[in-house]
Amino acid sequence: MQALFSHRLAVPLVIAALVVALSFALPSSFYLRVAALVWISALAVIGLNLLMGYAGQVSLGHAGFFGLGAYAVAVLPAQFSLHPLLAALAGALVCGLIAFAVGRPILKLKGHYLAVATLGFGILIAMAISNESWLTGGPDGMPVSRMTLFGWRVRGAETWYWITGGLLVVGAWIAVNLVASPTGRALRALHDSEVAARVAGIDVARYKVRVFVISAVYASVAGSSLALVNGFVTPETANFLHSIELVTMVVVGGMGSILGSVAGAAILVVLPQLLTTFHEYEHMLLGLMMMVIMIVLRSGIVPSLAALFQRRRK
Amino acid sequence: MSILSVQDIGIAFGGVRAVDNVSFSAETGQVFSIIGPNGAGKTTLFNLVSGVYQPKSGQVRLDGEAVTALEPNRLAERGLSRTFQNLQVFFRMTARENVMVGRHLKESRGLLAHLLALPSTLRQNRESAEIADTLLSRVGLADYADTLASSMPYGALKRLEIARALAAEPKVLLLDEPAAGCNPVETEEIEKLIRTIADDGVAVVLVEHDMKLVMRSSDRVLVLDQGRVLAEGKGAEIRSNPKVIEAYLGTHGTREANLALN
Ligand SMILES: Nc1ncnc2c1ncn2[C@@H]1O[C@H](COP(=O)(O)OP(=O)(O)O)[C@@H](O)[C@H]1O
Ligand SMILES: [Mg+2]
Repeated sequence: MQALFSHRLAVPLVIAALVVALSFALPSSFYLRVAALVWISALAVIGLNLLMGYAGQVSLGHAGFFGLGAYAVAVLPAQFSLHPLLAALAGALVCGLIAFAVGRPILKLKGHYLAVATLGFGILIAMAISNESWLTGGPDGMPVSRMTLFGWRVRGAETWYWITGGLLVVGAWIAVNLVASPTGRALRALHDSEVAARVAGIDVARYKVRVFVISAVYASVAGSSLALVNGFVTPETANFLHSIELVTMVVVGGMGSILGSVAGAAILVVLPQLLTTFHEYEHMLLGLMMMVIMIVLRSGIVPSLAALFQRRRK
Repeated sequence: MSILSVQDIGIAFGGVRAVDNVSFSAETGQVFSIIGPNGAGKTTLFNLVSGVYQPKSGQVRLDGEAVTALEPNRLAERGLSRTFQNLQVFFRMTARENVMVGRHLKESRGLLAHLLALPSTLRQNRESAEIADTLLSRVGLADYADTLASSMPYGALKRLEIARALAAEPKVLLLDEPAAGCNPVETEEIEKLIRTIADDGVAVVLVEHDMKLVMRSSDRVLVLDQGRVLAEGKGAEIRSNPKVIEAYLGTHGTREANLALN
């Protein structure tokens, strides 16, 4: 049993099972839509968790990559009649290249300095998206044309539920592969002791850039998916608040936990929906619940519950 | 030619010359010890040799090549490894994973293969884990393989660092107070371990306060005081050197050193 849980593939399989099970349990297309939004956020959060939870490097600008991915599938098909899939690929490529270029100077910084630098980077991208209205529609956003695959128009809550759920499972699978590989060990090592990692032969600067690029690509793919599901993009996808939201999902779900990334995304997407019945108290309640979660489960939902469960069994 | 040779190396912190024109060389298969009072500059010397600090003056040659001020990871590629006086352990990883990190340079590092968990990567993981387990047994930590480093006792962590350093198959190994905080049994195990490491063809450079351990395992001893070389020679010469007795050994240390050698 223990061996089963600690197997590399346990987490992506659990997520796959969750996606399948929920598809039966959810009563209407409204719920399927909310679930699809959870899968999309979870994908971005897994990428950010690789950077934050495993490698120990913070980014307060990740919505910038998310926004670029979203606008790639809005702008490129509209301007150059590129297929949305190719547009998403181009978005991911551009995000990877940008992350590579800014990663080297930025990731030399540590702690609060890194936080402020990534914050600035995110704001820069959000501003660019807002200001270039001839291309992006400015603050009003722009529509995203429907994707056609082999002559079939991709539409409907259920279709997107399965597509985004599939993407999430693949994203989780790649993440657990990475974590269990020599690269993953190098990232976790430099998190705990940079000097010991360097002495062990790890090119710390290069590995930080690598994981930054990977996490940027996750965010971009998630952004592209959201744009396609919504059929519309707004500059809010790229803004500072969204960056903070992604970081919050990582921390609430659990740093260094792939399953936690899904839990964190689920809580922060679903709770606001549930709390709308409380009208003006909605945001207060959300804030209060986040505080309580962090006080009670201080290493995040999944790691804290896992520790509790293990102590019980002993 | 010596595998490691250090020439007139020095560094100052805010005007204080922590290491001042120090030269020494270490030989393959031998244990070269550096002793001296606290604050003498022993750890700083290790930081200079391993590339953690940039020297203000002097040169380091490793295996005939000039390697002064190279990054620690570049030095690791050339066969230099070390442990730390103040533990630098990967606390969120298990003992086995800590040692596996030491295999980094010997592992295949293709990112795509890692992301897709290609068979080559899985094979690599298994191989590194096996080597790590062998090394953990060698330093007496086989029982801790699956334990998180954060829940291991201090003495075990000291040996974990040695296992991690050995995983890189170094030509030169710098050990900074490996027996500090260890009980007599553990210290004796570390002494045996150091001897076998040297016998396997590694040049061991040892910083240690335990005079018994130093005198019994060293081929040569260098004494540092206030950043400078006070004396260098065989253990027997060092323990009877009046300058060394005055600056460091005192009467107690001399008695220990004598007991160890007799
Ligand atoms: N990074 C640093 N900044 C300022 N002073 C330092 C630094 N590293 C070491 N020193 C100083 O250098 C001297 C030698 O220290 P150290 O090498 O740790 O001695 P030892 O290892 O022999 O006990 C001490 O006076 C210490 O305070
Ligand atoms: Mg020291």
